[in-house]
Amino acid sequence: MRIFCKKDLAVILLVVLAAAVSGLAVSYCQKSEGDTIRIMIDGVLYGEYSLAQNQTVTMEEVLGYNRLVIENGSAYMAEADCADRYCMAYKPISKSGETIICLPHRLVVEVAGDRESQLPDVIVP
Amino acid sequence: MTTKSVARCGMLTALAMIFGYVEALIPFPVGIPGMKLGLPNIIIVLALYTLPVYQAFLIQMMRIVLTAFLFGNLSMMLYSLAGGLFSLLVMVLLKKKEWLSIAGVSIAGGVSHNIGQLAVAVLVVQNLKIAFYLPALLIAGLVTGGLIGMLVYKIKPLIQ
Repeated sequence: MRIFCKKDLAVILLVVLAAAVSGLAVSYCQKSEGDTIRIMIDGVLYGEYSLAQNQTVTMEEVLGYNRLVIENGSAYMAEADCADRYCMAYKPISKSGETIICLPHRLVVEVAGDRESQLPDVIVP
Repeated sequence: MTTKSVARCGMLTALAMIFGYVEALIPFPVGIPGMKLGLPNIIIVLALYTLPVYQAFLIQMMRIVLTAFLFGNLSMMLYSLAGGLFSLLVMVLLKKKEWLSIAGVSIAGGVSHNIGQLAVAVLVVQNLKIAFYLPALLIAGLVTGGLIGMLVYKIKPLIQ
């Protein structure tokens, strides 16, 4: 018996194909820089904040404490008292559709809006 | 269950937990939190191929529950259970069909582990946007599952 057989290749191809298709779908959904940060806790909207403005948002909910920093057009989780601290490991987000998730606190930070779509399509001189 | 198999399951559970601990010590910085090598799956895949299915299931259950109680919390247990049991189910079914080699079964297990966890994450925070990590997690499951399958392929003849 060899390490890989022919049908393994079918599985590998299937996974790569699924990743490519979902990757395309994702890149189609998040193509441009966003303009607002939307924070959802437990599926409920907590607040919306402008990405253009440097600010700090603290969330003290029943589930725990999180501090989000918005700086130079991107946002990152600066502090959290959750169990795994995975939310602090995320890269700063700025593109529309990008998210930071703190699973223990059921918290989702996502970039919304479209900075480019607010610009005029054509400028007539 | 004989005394011998009880002892063996206990030993393998302990080994899987140690692997999980070692894995947590190895930084795996890829920008996507929660992505792991899945070292404990070496034990699970090995158990699947050398022991009865119910023992592989027992080892997986004990590993997840004990790890969550010792080092984690209840929400962590939920994700681990979703990923771990779904991947074990997929691997048991695929192994029974005898279509794939060990590496193929392990790849399917790694990918389904990530799909299971992602599905629970989407349900818990009630936001479909997390599915944006699907492509990266699929590829990660493919790579880690493949590596673990190859390891088990090499280890299995040595312990039998």
